[in-house]
Amino acid sequence: MTIEVKVPELPESVSDGVVVVWHKQPGDIIERDEALVDIETDKVVLEVPAPLDGVLEKVLSAEGETVKSDQVIGLVKENGGHAQPLSAGGAAAEVKTETVADHGQPLSPAVRKLLAEHRLDPGQISGTGKGGRLTKGDVIGFLEQQGAAGAAIQEPSRVEAPAAKAPLTKAPPPVAPTPGLPEIGEERPQKRVSMSRLRARIAERMLQASLGTAMLTTFNEADMLPIKQLREKYGAAFQENHSVRLGYMSFFVRAVAEALKRHPEINASIDGEDIVYHGFCDIGVAISTDRGLVVPVLRDAEHLGLAEIETAIRDFAEKARSGKLAMGDITGGTFTITNGGVFGSMLSTPILNPPQSAILGMHKIQERPVVVEGEIVIRPIMYLALTYDHRVVDGRDAVTFLTTIIELLQDPAGMLLDL
Amino acid sequence: MKQDYDVIVIGAGPAGYVAAIRCSQLGMKTACVDDWIGKDGSPALGGTCLNVGCIPSKALLESSELFERTRTGIAGHGIAACDIKLDLPTMITNKDLTVRDLTKGIETLFRFNGIDWLPGRGRLLPERCVYVTGHDGDARSLSAAHVIIACGSASVDIHAAPLQGERIVDSAGALDWTEVPRRLGIIGAGVIGLELGSVWRRLGAEVTLLEAQEQFLAMADRQIARNAQQLLQKQGLDIRMGALVKSSRITDADIEISYQDREGDHTLTVDRLIVAVGRRPCTENIAAPETGLLLTEGGFIHVDDHCETNLPGVYAVGDVVRGPMLAHKGSEEGIMVAERIAGQQSELNYDTIASVIYTKPEIAWVGKTEEILRQNGVEFRTGMFPFAASGRARAMRETDGMVKVLSDSETDRVLGVHIIGVHASELIGQAVLAMEFEASSEDIARTVFAHPTLSEALHEAALSVDGRAIHIGKQARRGN
Repeated sequence: MTIEVKVPELPESVSDGVVVVWHKQPGDIIERDEALVDIETDKVVLEVPAPLDGVLEKVLSAEGETVKSDQVIGLVKENGGHAQPLSAGGAAAEVKTETVADHGQPLSPAVRKLLAEHRLDPGQISGTGKGGRLTKGDVIGFLEQQGAAGAAIQEPSRVEAPAAKAPLTKAPPPVAPTPGLPEIGEERPQKRVSMSRLRARIAERMLQASLGTAMLTTFNEADMLPIKQLREKYGAAFQENHSVRLGYMSFFVRAVAEALKRHPEINASIDGEDIVYHGFCDIGVAISTDRGLVVPVLRDAEHLGLAEIETAIRDFAEKARSGKLAMGDITGGTFTITNGGVFGSMLSTPILNPPQSAILGMHKIQERPVVVEGEIVIRPIMYLALTYDHRVVDGRDAVTFLTTIIELLQDPAGMLLDL
Repeated sequence: MKQDYDVIVIGAGPAGYVAAIRCSQLGMKTACVDDWIGKDGSPALGGTCLNVGCIPSKALLESSELFERTRTGIAGHGIAACDIKLDLPTMITNKDLTVRDLTKGIETLFRFNGIDWLPGRGRLLPERCVYVTGHDGDARSLSAAHVIIACGSASVDIHAAPLQGERIVDSAGALDWTEVPRRLGIIGAGVIGLELGSVWRRLGAEVTLLEAQEQFLAMADRQIARNAQQLLQKQGLDIRMGALVKSSRITDADIEISYQDREGDHTLTVDRLIVAVGRRPCTENIAAPETGLLLTEGGFIHVDDHCETNLPGVYAVGDVVRGPMLAHKGSEEGIMVAERIAGQQSELNYDTIASVIYTKPEIAWVGKTEEILRQNGVEFRTGMFPFAASGRARAMRETDGMVKVLSDSETDRVLGVHIIGVHASELIGQAVLAMEFEASSEDIARTVFAHPTLSEALHEAALSVDGRAIHIGKQARRGN
């Protein structure tokens, strides 16, 4: 996907700037947030960071050329098929691109073989080797433990690897062969791969969410201009002061936390015959890794400042990437935020994360013509989707909750002033 | 009160000079006190290792091996060499030049790193002061925030054979002879005795080694030690085990040594004698008594795992503290201490320090021997590969020796690697690296080694742990 590199909005009294230096040449690999090009005005030199991991495709305005605010000065091309960070504008969460073989930690030859043969997820085994690496002994010990746990579930007979020493203890019950799959024997190319433990678990939970809740989604849109302006104005200072990028995620977490305080029925879970209203906001932030989706939880998010949120997300992404998330990191959230915008999603219906009763889906920010005070203007618009469990949340509550969030996002000052 | 230096290092051997350089790299104002006087009479850096130890012995081992090989070892390659003569003065000069180049090199490094070299004797005083007495007699006291003592070791003297001029010497003296002794006796068949014995035997001496211990190379793997003893004896070294020297008598003509073994009393008559029974730490006078510096029974400076002495801010590294008396051990201790002074959390893994003997064939090992594993009740498996089955070794006509890999029965973690053979000193590095990363023998077995190389023997030995070496026949799974 090709993305435009634009001159950022220039400070008020400045009409144009000059391209001072391109830090990369067409064809060079770029990393998200890496310095890409410097634009000089008579007041300041603006650093334009690379918007994504990929390649600088084209330079449209060369060094020395005069450029205007929002002018497209280059084109970058995204790497295909790699894990992307969470929020569209770039939360501090950075998930670097990885090669197929890279599980995020070095794996020795013997370990690789064992993991493959027993279909193990290295992230589930603790490493005692140098720097936390997995040793052969660690994997052997893990397998022995599994065997001792006495799993009697047999893998369906179509498993191709040699008989595993210890079957997956937490695998879903054997599924009947799926009807409708092309017969094996027809000579058309097919690839059969056993589900990893993580994938199997995800599949189980997704099904559970669908079958166990009354899921509906309500939509709305948010004008991201105020936040965009805030980020442009304070982004550099924020980074300098807090050593972390000011993304969009922190604003959303704050808005959600505030909205949950005002709409406690959203921050609730069904437990048997009871509804449990949570008096705290533990907000999960969905992070995509090459092993699947994980949702680390920001505890007491209503008490966290923006910098703390960004830092926490960045650290979670780090841990997720290297398979080091602990159980304590990913359990017990009361609400979840997911972002399909980084993949280009304009609008979607997120799936609930039981036992939570609602989930907010963020999407791609897209410049759209909208009407403001009778005039047509161009604003950066993000569609928001709130999926909710209709067993415990009524339509009216869901809609007003979402509206509250949007009001907060569109008026960050109001959020600051607790209005 | 401002100190004269951030760090004063006492001793400029491999432990001391490396510590000094590292301290300087980390931004500390460093001085290094050392009293070594070189062969040419001027102060020289590098301590025992560079001046009269590792380096000169390796130079002579290299030259002497070339000499012997050229005389007797290349006919099989189709090279007829006749009239090969020894020019001992040149050989010794080459050794001296090598030493000089290296010690000068350390001087350059000191200058480059801004380290103050203070030739003279250093003595620790209270409050981290060092009393330096220059060679000209000028003395002064310098203060430092930290002191690193690296004053090294010296050859052990024995009553039965006190050193005398050029005829009864320690290992240092045996590097400077101007002619090849006809009959050479060596008390001590350890690493140094074997290396020096090899040098002079190749140059033409009739060498007899008297070792008090019953077991040859007791600290090495038994199988390797037996193999080594056979090979060295085949070369012409007369190694007598269990031989305790009682006395010696030096006359104009020769030296008479009286020794006792299980069979009784014997006499050995030689022209020159080397005393190589071991080394002891040089701690007499290293510290003024009022400092309270703690020494161990053996005279070593007492230190903890991080080489800190009982005195705050005072460290000790190298031969003067516990552990194997190896240059690389001393150097890495020096680095650990320098970095810890700078606030880093550096540690030294003593389990993966290799030992090497530069005889021919070379012997090298890292980790535990079978004996120690058995003693500790550890269950292990063994893999073995002889160089006779190595293509590269055969092409080189160097087929003596083997590689042995020991791994834990349960986890397959490599616990020890033992090598005897050509270039063992280089090959062992691969094993050290693997063990440092806690590799299993299977990891080594699943690593691709270039062909044809001697290193493949390590690969095959690792395969052999699992009974599946490719280039040897039926292998029994062995272990304890």
